[in-house]
Amino acid sequence: MTCVEAFNAYALRSLGMGERMLPTADIGFCEQAVLIGSGLIWNVYFGLLALTFGFFFAVALAVAKNQPARLIRKPAEWFIFIFRGSPLFIQFFMAYEAFVMLPRVGIEFTLLGVEIAAETRWFSRAWLGALIVLFFNTSAYAAEIFYGALRAIPRGDLEAADAYGLSGWKKFRRITFPTMMRLAWPSYTNEAIFLFHATALVFFSSFPAFQQRGDALYYANYFADRTFNPFVPYPIVAVYFVLLTLCIIALFGLINRRLNRHLPQNQRPRLRIRPQVFR
Amino acid sequence: MFAFCTDPSTLDTFRWFSCYLTNGAHFLFYQSFLVVFALLAVTAPTSLAFGFIAAAASRSHILPISWLGKIYTAMVRGVPDIVFFLFFVLVLDQAIEYLRHQVTCPDWTEEIRQGANFLVCPEARTPSGNAPQWVHEIYGFALAVFTYAIVFGAFCGNVLYGAMQAVPRAQLETAEAYGMSRRQVFWRVLVPQMWIYALPGLSNIWMILIKATPLLFLLGIEDIVYWARELGGSRTSAYQYPHPDWRFWYFLALLVFYLAFTRVSEIVLARLTIRLSRGQATAGGEALRKAAA
Repeated sequence: MTCVEAFNAYALRSLGMGERMLPTADIGFCEQAVLIGSGLIWNVYFGLLALTFGFFFAVALAVAKNQPARLIRKPAEWFIFIFRGSPLFIQFFMAYEAFVMLPRVGIEFTLLGVEIAAETRWFSRAWLGALIVLFFNTSAYAAEIFYGALRAIPRGDLEAADAYGLSGWKKFRRITFPTMMRLAWPSYTNEAIFLFHATALVFFSSFPAFQQRGDALYYANYFADRTFNPFVPYPIVAVYFVLLTLCIIALFGLINRRLNRHLPQNQRPRLRIRPQVFR
Repeated sequence: MFAFCTDPSTLDTFRWFSCYLTNGAHFLFYQSFLVVFALLAVTAPTSLAFGFIAAAASRSHILPISWLGKIYTAMVRGVPDIVFFLFFVLVLDQAIEYLRHQVTCPDWTEEIRQGANFLVCPEARTPSGNAPQWVHEIYGFALAVFTYAIVFGAFCGNVLYGAMQAVPRAQLETAEAYGMSRRQVFWRVLVPQMWIYALPGLSNIWMILIKATPLLFLLGIEDIVYWARELGGSRTSAYQYPHPDWRFWYFLALLVFYLAFTRVSEIVLARLTIRLSRGQATAGGEALRKAAA
């Protein structure tokens, strides 16, 4: 099989398009590179959506954790503690078992003029179930980062806001939130990298890969098992993830520059990339 | 375990559970918690040692050595660690067999890599084909521990290198002014002072290490995740203790175990930070001095 053929057959295999059978014999480099790259679509999907939704939830959680009222603070604290204090791996397992136990019901509703038949069975599929777990998980980690930044906002800034007569929502939007973002951004970049790495766990925990549509690591493991040669597929995954990490760093670096554009050149905080292992 | 356990189907709920939770399979489950602790007990010092060597090597004045140290610590960044876990176990296994093959059967003519197979001579099989089950288990566990140590060693190396850089330069210069050699400065001044700078990073790694222990399951070890899945699966009435699918509850128990473990670690590490701050030229040490005065 030539590289072009391999690309045509397997480029979208992880979405269920193209060749049905995975390569079994005479596995060349191109098949491995293409199929693993195809699996990367899932990693990007999970990472991107969880990060986007998680951002807003994390801000809400951080603000809630900073409230003096116990009724608001305690649930946020517990949520953060539970999702940060336990392994993501166990969370995946538990969520899957819980979703499987759900009664099988279907609901039909119209969203923006489109008829949608939603089923609870979707929860036990990776695209929704694992996404929910990753969403909660990254929300908890990011909330802790944002909370730390919230506590670190210089008191003078807040006093100045009071002196200008800002309060409530206006004060939050104009003073608290931008400063919080500015302080939290370097750590949040690490969290984003960390989350993309965590997506590699999805198909290794209990969520089954439906019709062998898996992520990058799923296919790499498949090839390592088939060829009994780990020196090709795992370095391919590694290269893909390093490239993905560089993209994230570039994107978050741009946002970091924008957040700090009002500061003199030499006072702008640099992004220090220290990805952690897993959760 | 108890005398009334001979026929569980006749028991009331409380007694049924006291029998169910003390049967033989459950004792294996409880023992597998020891596997987790054993892994932590072995991995933590080993990876600290790996990290220490890597950090010391990165500071070396001999270029190739410092490159080695830096490459090792940089290696783990940017790649999900689960990739390393799956990769290293296989690589180590094959490397050991390959080396033993070279030593024990030098006149073996066939190719080792034949298509999808990795064939070494029978004497080089590790562990040997007729070894008892426990040897296989210990071997698998040792490979896993070594893999953990390599990966977490790189992280420790990163933290320790940063800590060594964080020790105030003046301290080292003073030591040099007193006529200490490089070796003496390293062991008598740098190493005793670096721990307080390393502690936040190291405690972070410890937390991550705790949360990485369930991945043992992926390496084929019979750990708590394995037993939770095994015991939680539904049992028909053919078994002594029939029950529906309880895996959710077993995983809930594991979740609570990990939450408790991380919480206790947090408290212990907070105390250790206070202990190590004593007499240090940091804000924490200063606060302790003021509190005592």
